[in-house]
Amino acid sequence: MNFLQAFKMAMKSILSNKLRSLLTMLGIIIGVTAVIALVAMGQGATKSVTEQVQSLGTNLLTVNILGRGSANTLKVNDAVAMKDKVEGIQYIAPASTQSTSVKYGTTSVTVSVVGTNADYALVKDYKVATGRFLAQIDLDVYQKVAVIGSSTATDLFGFASPVGEYILIQGTRYKVVGVLEEKGSSMAGSNDEVVMIPETSAERLFKSKGVRTVYVQVATTEQIDSVVTGLETELSGHFRGNTDSYRVFNQSDALSTLTSISDTLTLALAGIAGISLLVGGIGIMNIMLVSVTERTREIGIRKAIGAKKRDILIQFLIEAMVLSGLGGLLGIGIGVGAAQGASSAFNMDIVFSFNIILIAFCFSVGIGVVFGMFPANKAAKLKPIEALRFE
Amino acid sequence: MTTKSLPDPLIRIKQLNKQYRMGGETLNALDNVSLTVNYGDFLAIIGPSGSGKSTLMNVIGCLDTPTSGEYWLDGEEVSRLKDNKLAEIRNRKIGFIFQGFNLLNRLTAIENVELPLIYRGVSAKERKEQAIEALRKVGLEERIHHRPVELSGGQQQRVAIARALAGNPPILLADEPTGALDTKTGKEVMGFMKELNALGHTIVLITHDPGISEQAKRVVKIMDGKLSEEEGGQNEFLTSV
Repeated sequence: MNFLQAFKMAMKSILSNKLRSLLTMLGIIIGVTAVIALVAMGQGATKSVTEQVQSLGTNLLTVNILGRGSANTLKVNDAVAMKDKVEGIQYIAPASTQSTSVKYGTTSVTVSVVGTNADYALVKDYKVATGRFLAQIDLDVYQKVAVIGSSTATDLFGFASPVGEYILIQGTRYKVVGVLEEKGSSMAGSNDEVVMIPETSAERLFKSKGVRTVYVQVATTEQIDSVVTGLETELSGHFRGNTDSYRVFNQSDALSTLTSISDTLTLALAGIAGISLLVGGIGIMNIMLVSVTERTREIGIRKAIGAKKRDILIQFLIEAMVLSGLGGLLGIGIGVGAAQGASSAFNMDIVFSFNIILIAFCFSVGIGVVFGMFPANKAAKLKPIEALRFE
Repeated sequence: MTTKSLPDPLIRIKQLNKQYRMGGETLNALDNVSLTVNYGDFLAIIGPSGSGKSTLMNVIGCLDTPTSGEYWLDGEEVSRLKDNKLAEIRNRKIGFIFQGFNLLNRLTAIENVELPLIYRGVSAKERKEQAIEALRKVGLEERIHHRPVELSGGQQQRVAIARALAGNPPILLADEPTGALDTKTGKEVMGFMKELNALGHTIVLITHDPGISEQAKRVVKIMDGKLSEEEGGQNEFLTSV
C-alpha cells in the first residue's frame, strides 16, 4: 500500500466523521492560530520599536544635563566646543525645548519650541520641504526666524505657504523661513508639531541660559564607544568630577535593549502558544485511541483480507498526521486573518515570517506523528481473530 | 479458473493440534486433525458450536497458528509463519466469506472489493478492472457505487463474495455464509456457491446446519476437536481431481 492510497483512506475516514474531526483538530487549530498571530504581532512590535528608535537618527547620542547646584545647564558654546575636543563627532546640536503657544493671526497652537543650531536637522534627520533651515548666522545675530514642522504649518496656515509670514511665539514676532518635511511620530510624540528657532533667540525668549540637552551624531558606528568616553571625560571636567550631573544616552544600546525585550516577549508568546499545540496533540491522541477501539472490527476485516501490521500502522498514522496537518493549515489561515484583523483594529504593526509559518505547520504535522504513534501501534498490534470477534 | 490437475492437494493438514489455556486447564480445540482438500473440492465442515470448527476455520484461514502439526496450503507449509507472512498468504491464497458479511460500511461496493487488491499492491487501473469483473461475476455490476447499507442482505453477501473472488485466490473459505440471511436468500447464495464451484473454485464451507452442508460435494464432521469424514449429499462428484 503506497502513501497516496493511505492518504486517500485517511481523508475518507476523516470526512466520514466531519464534526468529530473538526473538534479533534480544534486544539491544533487554536494552537497554530495563537503561534502565528502572536508571533506576527510580537515581531511587528519589535519592528516598529526598532524603526522608531532608528528614526531618531542612527549613531545618535543624547547628552542630558542634570546639573550640579545652580549650574544646571551647559552653555551653548561649551557644548559646541566639544565637537573639536572629542574625535568622531560629526554633528552636535544643543537644544532647549519648551512647550508653548504659537499664534498666527487668530489661530493658536501649542507646540514644542526648540532652540537649537544648524546641525539639529542633520542630527535628527529632518529635511526641509520649502525655504531653508536655521543657519549659524541666525544664532550669531539673534535672528528672530523660525522653521516649522509640517503639522504645525497646516494647523496655522492651512494650505497657504507659511514662508515669509510672521508668527507670534509668546508674543514675539518670528519670521517663518522654512517648513520641514513630514517625519511621522516616535515614542516621544509627533515629530511634526514643532517650531525651531535659533538657540540664542530662544535663550532671550525663555529667559534662560544654556541648554539641558545636546544631540551628538557620531561619524561611524565603531566610534560610538570612544565618543561616549570622550564626552564623559569632557563633561566630568566641566562639572568638576560630579558624574551624576550629566548622562550620556546611547541610542544603539537602547535599541538593542528594546529589541531584546520584545524578542523575549515574542519567544514567551510562542512558548505559550506551543503549549496549546501540545494540548491539541493530546486531543488527537485521545480521539485516535477511541477511533481504534471503535474500528477494531474494521481493523480485523482489513487484516483478514491481507493488511499487514505496517499497512494498519501507516493508515492510522497518516490519519493522525492529516488531522493535525489540516488543523495546522486551518490554524495558519485563521492566524493570518486574526493578526491582520488585530492590526487593523488596534492599529498595530504585524510581520509574518514564512519561517514561522513553515515551522508551525511542520510542528503540527510532527505532533500528529508523535501522538498518532501510540494509537496506530495499538491498532497494528491487534490480533485479526480477536478484532473480528469484537462487537 | 480451471481445475488444475496437480498431484499435490490444495490443503494438506497433518496431525494438527490447537490448545488453549483456560483457567489452568488445557483445552484441546483441535485434537490430531488431519484433512486433505483437493483443487476443485466443495467441502463442508459441520459441527455444533464449541466443536472446534471456528478454530479449524481460523487455522485454515491462516488467521491463527496451530500449536503443533503440519499445514500445507497450495504447496507451502504455513503453520510456522510470522504474522506479516500470514497476512500475505491470506491476501493471495484465501478469499473469506463471513457470516456477518464484514464489509466496511464507509466504503462503496467497488471500494470494498478493491481492498484486498490494494494490500496486494495492484495498480489503481488494474484494481478497478478486476473489482468490476468480480462484481460482474456476482451480478452486481449495476450497483458498484452503492454502500453496504444501501444493499439487501443477499446483495451484501454477494459483494463479500466478489471481494473474496477479486484477488483470484485458490480457495474460498466461507464461515456460515447463510447464517445472517433468510432461507430464500440463503438458498440463492448457496446456489451461487455451487455455481462458483462448478466454475472450478475450491470452496471450504463451515456450518452447523446439515441442510447447508449436504449441498456440498464432501462433508466432514467435527466434534470435540476431532474430525470424521461423512458422505455428503453430492458425494457422487467426489472424484474431482
